[in-house]
Amino acid sequence: MLLEFKDLRVTYRGSRGRLPAVRGVDLAVDAGETLGIAGESGCGKSTLAMAVLRLLPKSAEVSGEILLDGEDLLQMGWGRLRAVRWTGASIVFQGAMHSLNAVQRIGRQIAEPILVHEAKTTPAAAARRAEALLERVGLPASRARSYPHELSGGQRQRVMIAMALACDPDLVIADEATTALDVMVQAQVLQLIAELVTERGVGLMMISHDLSVLSAVCDRAAVMYAGRIVEQGPAGEVFANARHPYSAALSAAFPVIGDPAARMSPGGLAGDPPDPVRLPEGCSFRPRCAVAVERCGAESPELLAVPVRGSAGVADAARVSACFVAQEGMPVVL
Amino acid sequence: MSSEEKTLTARDLRVEFGLPGGRVARAVDGVDLDVAPGEIVALAGESGCGKTTLARTLLGLERATGGTVAFDGVPLRYSTRALKAYRRQVQLVLQDPTGALNPRHTVYDAVAEGLRIHKIHDDEPGRVAEALSRAGLRPPEQFFLAYPHELSGGQRQRVVIAGALVLQPSLLVADEPVASLDASVRGEILSLLLRLKEEQGLGALVITHDLGLAWSIADRIAIMYLGRIVEQGPVEQVLTAPRHPYTRALVSVLPAAPAVKAAVAEPIVLAGELPDASKIPGGCRFRPRCQEVASGNAAAVLHQCSGEDLHVLGPEAEPHLVACHLDRALHGDAKMAA
Amino acid sequence: MTATNALSPRALRRARRRQSLSRSWAAYRSQKTGMWGLVLLGAIVVLAIATPVLIDASALSVTQATGGRMAPPSAEYPLGTDETGRSVLALTLWGSRLSLVIGLTATVVAIVIGTAVGVTSGHIGGWYGWIALRLSDWFMVLPSLVVAIALLAVLGRSMATTITVIALVSWPGTTRLVRAQTLTVQSRPYLERAKALGAGHWHQMTKHILPNVLPLVLASATLLVPSAILMESSLAWLGLGDPGVVSWGSILNRASENGAVSAHAWWYLLPPGLAILLVVLAFMLCGRALEAVFNPRLRGES
Ligand SMILES: Nc1ncnc2c1ncn2[C@@H]1O[C@H](COP(=O)(O)OP(=O)(O)OP(=O)(O)O)[C@@H](O)[C@H]1O
Ligand SMILES: Nc1ncnc2c1ncn2[C@@H]1O[C@H](COP(=O)(O)OP(=O)(O)O)[C@@H](O)[C@H]1O
Ligand code: SF4
Ligand code: SF4
Ligand SMILES: [Mg+2]
Ligand SMILES: [Mg+2]
Repeated sequence: MLLEFKDLRVTYRGSRGRLPAVRGVDLAVDAGETLGIAGESGCGKSTLAMAVLRLLPKSAEVSGEILLDGEDLLQMGWGRLRAVRWTGASIVFQGAMHSLNAVQRIGRQIAEPILVHEAKTTPAAAARRAEALLERVGLPASRARSYPHELSGGQRQRVMIAMALACDPDLVIADEATTALDVMVQAQVLQLIAELVTERGVGLMMISHDLSVLSAVCDRAAVMYAGRIVEQGPAGEVFANARHPYSAALSAAFPVIGDPAARMSPGGLAGDPPDPVRLPEGCSFRPRCAVAVERCGAESPELLAVPVRGSAGVADAARVSACFVAQEGMPVVL
Repeated sequence: MSSEEKTLTARDLRVEFGLPGGRVARAVDGVDLDVAPGEIVALAGESGCGKTTLARTLLGLERATGGTVAFDGVPLRYSTRALKAYRRQVQLVLQDPTGALNPRHTVYDAVAEGLRIHKIHDDEPGRVAEALSRAGLRPPEQFFLAYPHELSGGQRQRVVIAGALVLQPSLLVADEPVASLDASVRGEILSLLLRLKEEQGLGALVITHDLGLAWSIADRIAIMYLGRIVEQGPVEQVLTAPRHPYTRALVSVLPAAPAVKAAVAEPIVLAGELPDASKIPGGCRFRPRCQEVASGNAAAVLHQCSGEDLHVLGPEAEPHLVACHLDRALHGDAKMAA
Repeated sequence: MTATNALSPRALRRARRRQSLSRSWAAYRSQKTGMWGLVLLGAIVVLAIATPVLIDASALSVTQATGGRMAPPSAEYPLGTDETGRSVLALTLWGSRLSLVIGLTATVVAIVIGTAVGVTSGHIGGWYGWIALRLSDWFMVLPSLVVAIALLAVLGRSMATTITVIALVSWPGTTRLVRAQTLTVQSRPYLERAKALGAGHWHQMTKHILPNVLPLVLASATLLVPSAILMESSLAWLGLGDPGVVSWGSILNRASENGAVSAHAWWYLLPPGLAILLVVLAFMLCGRALEAVFNPRLRGES
């Protein structure tokens, strides 16, 4: 396994007391594989992403293990960690517009990590690598001399991807990397990401609130709710045939065009995500759940293999869901 | 009241912006559009294609440099008083509800603002309460004194919608009403718009770059490219059997139901980006990115694509209108057929 | 109405205002230096108000003076006397009243002009905004002394002239600040929403822009008062103040004119000087604390 989370927990200490943002996550990403993580804002997706490179603020308490190639990132010394950032794993953040340095040419910004992490590289060689990377992400090499404000949103997002790839990392984490983009530009960037995964064999962890995007790009998808994974399985399956009421609601929020059931009936979910400081008893999704049963108020469901449609009640090891109703093989939508 | 009345119409609408260096950005470059009470029209297109400019012009927040905006058959005039009267009838809902509410005003003040502007003083609390409950915030009194930061994103957008409804408009213009909202909340707001249409005969122009949204709530859809509407018609037809190459590309990159997959086989990812509004290509404005030109399918009409401007599509709801030389060659002249 | 409405909406709204005020107060209180400034300011103001009770106005009269000429501090005159035999303590205490009144009045005038010009020029823009901006630039670079001398020539030396001079050279700073804040608020979508609801300029300025610039104005006003007091003192010291009144600046002016420096009459120079310093310090401390209270909020809400 390239990346493995084992019972990861992150708690922020703040003015409102202890805020559990990630509450026990087990996940794995293999080389050449794309894992999608979906969930609405505040469910802990970015916290999970930042924990990998230990980018969390000091106020965050982290426990559990994050293994990158078998090595625990949380126990690593700073020197080793610096080497791992960029060369081992790198992140493309949401809102690239704000993460680029406004007064530096983008060529230099791409070359910088190369110079820092590969002592033998000369500045000229790094600049050439930067140009090659720009071409790889579909921008002319001459763009290396541009400043960020001269580029469109989609182009800047490509620059961010080029930067993330600069040191040939084994793992790339894309946190809402396409959220702010238009359909067509998003399609361009997604296509690029997919090509890079097959071509370089990197592992990709892609975070988005749009399950339909993940279903198009990822092999597997995990759905997060209130700091926990509530469902995991093959991405297309999770999107088309959810086994958790929350994933079903997320899928319905992005209707499939041409699907008569979705026509003139916008899907969605009533209510707000729970306040992490005051989580409800039992299943944390219960206050918004339309199919809740009595048990849901008392016990918190574990992530277990669930039967899928057509499997005659036989649990499929590839599909796990933290929902009592799904675990019994019953439908999760009314 | 027949649906012919109270219709918002745009005819050959043009909005130009002067840019430094004497260049001119043609943000809206000839648009015919009708929005009637009781129907939801979606306007879709890429970022920068002129959707927001069109919306602001329809509301009189921007002046048209050509063409007309009319409401109920009366052309829009820009005197303070005429605009004020017009804005009781046509209301705006902005993309980002957090920014659209003054952080220092309570929900009550935000919703009552329209009443105060228009000096409607009788039964203010009653009207505010009614608007809030129409927007789905019940019981309304409970929200009166909340500040925006105490509400969730979906609730804030409902407050914005209530603020528009309190003046009892006949039309709403909503610019990306759910783009800044979470996936799970989108559905609520879209259902609200749909319910307002069905129960109260409200009409809406919903601007979006999300075609799925159009599929969820719109009756008609207009696809905009670089300041022009390039395809328009009933949602079922335009989205399941798109005819303009640009629409086909847009639809092709979305996850689609099998029926649509058959019509648009491979995802067509267009290269490049929307050209600058100050450099609109002559002939067909989509030609530099057109996949039909690139693949050679349009060879027979290529001289037209690069040399012959396309006419502005009419506002008719039916039939399905397409501004493409190739489409015209294949389907016969849409205008003549109609 | 029912349910939550044991109180009328207006009463509830007032309750919410109080709540937000008390929140600001709590934020202010957490600033130690600001609290020190407030205590100091309170003491100075109480003293200034109580002066007529503590010391009879006759103590300022040259003809009724009983002390020696520039006598050093003694039991009877704790801070010594001036060249006419008046108590320097009495002069300093009475002077505080005038210095504060002039400082506050000039600030209020400057703030009102500055805010009005700032909001209107930022909101309306166009040629009006351009002219207002140039005008404030012009006043900003104008040396205050030149303005003072010019105005004195026209209006004669009086308190009103002093206030006018100080206000005239102070308003452009406020205008700049308010204009900048107006432009930020102006770009907020809620102004677009108000416009789409049919709001005119007056509504937009009074309901949206002003409430959003006022906290900033308040904070800057507390910083403007000390500079106004300093300016009054320097004008008076230069002999450009109202000759008929006692302010800290005029005490210093008379002290230096009558050779207090060469006579080593420190008791004559130090009290008004220190008083100016203390008031300036108190206002500064309060102003900085207010800025710290309002600014993060202004930023946080953007
Ligand atoms: N005030 C202005 N001055 C100059 N150009 C402008 C102005 N407003 C808009 N434009 C230009 O007009 C075109 C259309 O802009 P508009 O904001 O209407 O796009 P949009 O379709 O709403 O995009 P988005 O989906 O990003 O909101 C763009 O090229 C834009 O740069
Ligand atoms: N630096 C921080 N300090 C305190 N709480 C935080 C911090 N960052 C995030 N949180 C909280 O942790 C939860 C998860 O946040 P995040 O990981 O950013 O979610 P997502 O990326 O899914 O939107 C939220 O409730 C958020 O408010
Ligand atoms: S466990 Fe119960 S409450 Fe939780 S999602 Fe399943 S049915 Fe709903
Ligand atoms: S007119 Fe020509 S260039 Fe334009 S969309 Fe049609 S085929 Fe493409
Ligand atoms: Mg996030
Ligand atoms: Mg827009």
